Amino acid sequence: MLQIRELVASVEGKQILNGLSLDIKPGEVHAIMGPNGAGKSTLGNVLTGREGYEVISGEVLFNGEDMLALDIEERARAGLFLAFQYPVEIPGVSNMEFLKAAVDARRSHMKQEELSSFDFMKLAREASKKVSLDAAFLKRGVNEGFSGGEKKRNEILQMMMLEPSLCVLDETDSGLDIDALQVVADGVNAMRDSERSFIVVTHYQRLLDYIIPDYVHVLANGRIVKSGDKELARELEAKGYGWLEGEVA
Amino acid sequence: MAANEFQQHALSVADSQQANAAFAERRAIAAERFAATAWPGRKTEAWKYTSLRSLQELTEASFAEQAKAIELPEAVKAVDSYRLVFVDGVFQADLSGDLPEFACRFSEANAEQKAFINEKLGTVVATQTESARNLFSYLNDAWLHDGVLLHLPRGASLNKPLYLVYVSTSEAANATLAHQRLLVWLEDNSQANVIEHYLSESVASNDDDVSSLTNGITEIHVGQNAQLHHTRLNLEDEAHTHIGGVHLALSRDSVAKCFALGEGGRLKRIDYQISHNGPGAELIMHGAYLARNKQLIDYHTCIEHREPHCNSLEVIRGIVGDKAKAVFNGRIHIHQDAQKTLAELHNRNLLTSNGAEVDTKPELEIYADDVKCAHGATVSQLDETALYYLQSRGIEAAEARMLLSYGFVNEVLSQLPYQPLLESLQVRLRARFIDEARKSAAEKLIGESA
Repeated sequence: MLQIRELVASVEGKQILNGLSLDIKPGEVHAIMGPNGAGKSTLGNVLTGREGYEVISGEVLFNGEDMLALDIEERARAGLFLAFQYPVEIPGVSNMEFLKAAVDARRSHMKQEELSSFDFMKLAREASKKVSLDAAFLKRGVNEGFSGGEKKRNEILQMMMLEPSLCVLDETDSGLDIDALQVVADGVNAMRDSERSFIVVTHYQRLLDYIIPDYVHVLANGRIVKSGDKELARELEAKGYGWLEGEVA
Repeated sequence: MAANEFQQHALSVADSQQANAAFAERRAIAAERFAATAWPGRKTEAWKYTSLRSLQELTEASFAEQAKAIELPEAVKAVDSYRLVFVDGVFQADLSGDLPEFACRFSEANAEQKAFINEKLGTVVATQTESARNLFSYLNDAWLHDGVLLHLPRGASLNKPLYLVYVSTSEAANATLAHQRLLVWLEDNSQANVIEHYLSESVASNDDDVSSLTNGITEIHVGQNAQLHHTRLNLEDEAHTHIGGVHLALSRDSVAKCFALGEGGRLKRIDYQISHNGPGAELIMHGAYLARNKQLIDYHTCIEHREPHCNSLEVIRGIVGDKAKAVFNGRIHIHQDAQKTLAELHNRNLLTSNGAEVDTKPELEIYADDVKCAHGATVSQLDETALYYLQSRGIEAAEARMLLSYGFVNEVLSQLPYQPLLESLQVRLRARFIDEARKSAAEKLIGESA
C-alpha cells in the first residue's frame, strides 16, 4: 500500500524528517507516537503534498506509484486522506457543497458515476448519524463555529464519505473528551477492513485503547527509532519518551 | 470655471429631449448647477480614487428614442412582483406588468400624484450639501422626464415587491446616456419591498469599449415606524458605466434593510446617503462588490446619525481580481444629539491577484459622548491553509479557489430574500470565480515557463 523509504524533508529550510522509512500493507493500522517536535505532523503534511514541505531525498510509493510526483488533489483522489489536527473553517461554503465537490472528484477519478443529489444527501445523512453530528451541520459553513470535537467528527464524516484506501489521522484525539473519542474511534473501527490502511498519529496512548493498532512506531528527531506492537504504546505511557531518546543518542 | 466637454454634451442632449413640462423649472436649475460645478479631479475628496476621465469618451452618446424588444432573464421573471422594465432608459410596456394603485410612472401621474412628486422630489437628496458629491444628482435632475413613484399611505403594506428592471443594450457604435429616477415615499406604519436591478442584455466582448452611461438616482423616505427592504443590483457588463446613488431618510422607529451588489462594469460609482432623522431608527445594510479584468467599482456610504437611540449595521465585502480596482468609503457621522447610537461598519476585502487594488477607508466622526461604534476594514488574500484543506479532499486547485471566493461573498449574498435571484446569482458567481481561477492558473503557468 504505502512504502516510505529514507524520507528526508524540510519545512522553511529546517530539516524535520531525517530518513524516515515505513512499510504499510493493506488492512494494517500503524500508530505513530512521539514527543512534540518529532516530526509527526510534518509526516502527514509531506504525504499530502502541502506547499512549503520540501522533500529533499527519499521516496514514497503509494500502490506502487511515485506519490511525490502527484499534486495534492491527485493524491487525495488516488485514495489518500488526512484527518487534520486543526480542521479549517470555511464560512459561506456549506459542508454539503464541500462534501459533494470532494466526493464528485473522487468518484470521477475512480471512473464511477456522479451521485445524484438524492443519493448523496442520503449518504451524507447516514454518515453524519454515524459520527453523531446532527444533519443540520451539513447545511452550515464548513466547520464554521463547530466545537473542537465537532470538527474532529466532521473529519471522520468526510473520511467515511470519501472511502479512502489510506487514512492518516493527525492527532485526531487531541483535545477530545471520552465520548467524542469513542465516536471517532467507532467511526475508524467501522471503516477498518482488509484493504484499507491507517496511520494513526497521536501524542497519547489513550486513543490506542479504542483503535487497536497492529504496529506502534516511535518517531523521534525525524525518524522511527523503535517499532513494536500495542504493548510498546503502554510502555511509552508508563515511561515517557526520555528513555528512547537516550537510546538513540 | 467653464463646464468640460462631457458636461456640455450631456446638457445639450438633455435639452434636445422632449421633456415632461412639469419638470421644466427643476431641469433648468439643475442644468445650471451641473454646468457650474467644477469637474472632479484627483484633489476632489469624493472622487479621489475614482477617475471620471473615461466619460469624456461619451461625447457622442445620445439618448435612446424607443425601448428595444429584449428577452428578460428567467430569474427576473420568476420573482413574484410588480415589475417595471426600462430599456436604455425608456419604458418597455410589453415586459412590464400592472402597477399597484400606490405606484405610477411620473409621465402617467394624475394631478394629485404630480403635485406630490413636485413637492417631494429632491427633498431627500437635498439633505446633502457638498456639490462635487451631488454632481450626478444634478445631472439626473437636468434630465428629468420620466421616473417611478411609489407612495404608500399610512399603514399600507405592499403585498409584492416593486421590481424595477433597468436593461442596457447599447453598443459602442450607438452609445446612450440613460437617467433613471425613483421616488419611494413610505408614510407612517407602512411597509414595502423594492428591488432595483440594473443589467446588460449582452456581455460586451471588448473591455475597452465604452458603450453607455446610466445615472440612477433613488430617493426614499421611510416614515415613522415604517419598514423598507431595498435591494439594488448593479450587474451591468464590462463596457458600461454607472454613476448613481441611493438616498434614504429614516424617521422615528423606522427600519430599513438594504442589500447592494455591484458586479462588472467599466466604472461603477454608487453613493448611499442615509440619514437617521428620528430617534429609534434602524439601518441594516449588506453589500458586496466584485471587480475583475480592468473594472473599477466604487461604493461610498455615508450614514448621518442625527438623533438618539438609532442603530446602523453595515457589512460590506469585496473581491477584486485581475487588474481591477475597488474603492470603499464608509462614513459614519454621529451628531452631538445622537446619544445611545449603536453603529457598526465591517468591510472585508479579498484580493485574488497581484495586480488587483482596493482602497478602503472607514471614516468615523463622533460628536456625542455616549455611543457604541465599531468599525473594521481588512484586505487579505485567499487563505492558503483553506486552499490546502480543500485540495487535500481531492478538489481541484481552481475549484478550491472558486469555493473560497464564493464562500466569502455568499455569506453576504445569502441575505438577499428573493430565492430566484439568489440562486441565479449563486450560479453566476460560481461560474465567474471558476473562470477567474482558471485564468489565473493559466497565467501562472505561462509566467513560470517564461
